[in-house]
Amino acid sequence: MPTAVDHFDDKARATFDQFGQNEVYEGELQRHRVYTRFLHWMVALFFGLALFSGFGIYLPWLFRWFTPIFGGGPLSREMHPWFGLGFVVFFALQALNWIKPMLWTPADTKWMRNLRKVVSGKEKHDPPDTGFFNAGQKVQFWEIVGGCVVYLITGIILWMGARTFGRWAVAVSYILHDISALIMLGGIFIHIYLSTIGEPGTFQGMIRGAVSEAWAWTFHPAWYKEVTGRDPIEACEDARRRGEYNK
Amino acid sequence: MSDRKTLQIRQISGHSGPSAGFDMQRDLEVCKLIDTTICIGCKACEVACVEWNDMPFSATTFDNTYQTMPSTRWNFWNLIKFNEHQREDGTIQWLMRKDQCMHCAEPGCLRACPADGAIVQYTNGIVDFQQENCIGCEFCVSGCPYDIPKFNPTTKKVYKCTLCSDRVGAGLEPACIKACPTGCLKFGTKDDMKGIAEDRAKQLRDNFGFEKAGVYDPQSIGGTHVVYVLHDAENPERYGGLPKNPVIPWSYTVWKWLFKPVLGTFALFGLVGVLLHYVTVGPRRPQPEPPLKKEA
Repeated sequence: MPTAVDHFDDKARATFDQFGQNEVYEGELQRHRVYTRFLHWMVALFFGLALFSGFGIYLPWLFRWFTPIFGGGPLSREMHPWFGLGFVVFFALQALNWIKPMLWTPADTKWMRNLRKVVSGKEKHDPPDTGFFNAGQKVQFWEIVGGCVVYLITGIILWMGARTFGRWAVAVSYILHDISALIMLGGIFIHIYLSTIGEPGTFQGMIRGAVSEAWAWTFHPAWYKEVTGRDPIEACEDARRRGEYNK
Repeated sequence: MSDRKTLQIRQISGHSGPSAGFDMQRDLEVCKLIDTTICIGCKACEVACVEWNDMPFSATTFDNTYQTMPSTRWNFWNLIKFNEHQREDGTIQWLMRKDQCMHCAEPGCLRACPADGAIVQYTNGIVDFQQENCIGCEFCVSGCPYDIPKFNPTTKKVYKCTLCSDRVGAGLEPACIKACPTGCLKFGTKDDMKGIAEDRAKQLRDNFGFEKAGVYDPQSIGGTHVVYVLHDAENPERYGGLPKNPVIPWSYTVWKWLFKPVLGTFALFGLVGVLLHYVTVGPRRPQPEPPLKKEA
């Protein structure tokens, strides 16, 4: 039963596909459509702007050299809430776009128990029931959903200030806003690392929208099986026999 | 006191390390004494403040009291708060209190301020806003227990009483002191003013029947460089909401001065962490990986 959200997302995806390209070559799979990529990079842009304009306000004795980028301290302060608002708006659209594949499943709980092996590099393949998103990605997604709620509430309180909300509301919001930013900052290092040098072949999924089949059967076997109908382990062994190695 | 030493800086907002020259010279702390028991509410100090600081005429509001406006404004730093207090025996007491920046020894505004050099505290105790460094975040409004810093939406800067640091630096008393006709306002060193205030409070207790008379110099913020003599020091709230135990939110002390730099550094360790992972564990490649080269 399609809901209003589904209808909106389908329409947005179809509209954006008219303006952008989805190049999928032989041996590749479509990973992210134009709408998803557009939202991702808008979120990234506004996150970056909010982050760097926020640094100068957060710890000026360390990061005051960021403020000239935005035209000085007063303008950093003036623009920061607007950057944050852009981040929240685009992420809200992305959340609607991704809410279904991001729902938690029993396979995700198993994946999290397996986390130590993945981090230590002992596990070359993700578990066979890993779908379009793995549990780590889902944790990050829901952390940002929660973070956006915190940002929005505390951010508006800080924006309007003690004149409107009283001094204690501002004093408490100040801490929650900072903690939320620190968690997200830590998360973004892991996100950027894994999507570039940490797991090679991932980055193009957000640029061109396509990933290699080898990438898919390695990191998201259940999704590979769902899309191609082939068994991910067998497909990998076939490639090994043919000598099609990935570097 | 030496007029050249009075504007040596003690603390700077959002600034790392001590300020140059701090503690090099002996410096006296200044203090404004306000004896609320002999204030007649003439508002000469309000006019003197507006005149000396060259601020525009500010529209007044009439609310059936002798108060000029409900609270101070960004261009009106000195306000006589008027309160009518009914005593237990049914008689009425008029309480006049000159409301302005208290120049706290531990200023909440300075603690809360993230902008380097937007708020400074001089060794003589004056807390002064430097608008050219202010970024207009209004955290100082939240840090202040007295609701003193006021935001100007046009310039997007915050303003407040300077204790006439420009006059004090030149060896003169603040403009409000000069204008006061009753001797209710006095200016001098903190020790002298504290002494006069205590004498006056004792006089009120012993000779005038104000048994609860006392001096307002709250130690919860390390004392202030503006002290009051009150008829009833046990109920300062009666004087237009003067807090009995003013506090700075702990988020501006514990969080800002301890956890923030520590956790900020910690977040940067995240960057170091992923790079270390790359070096020690290495990336996870799509399978199959090429077989490792055999050692010859």
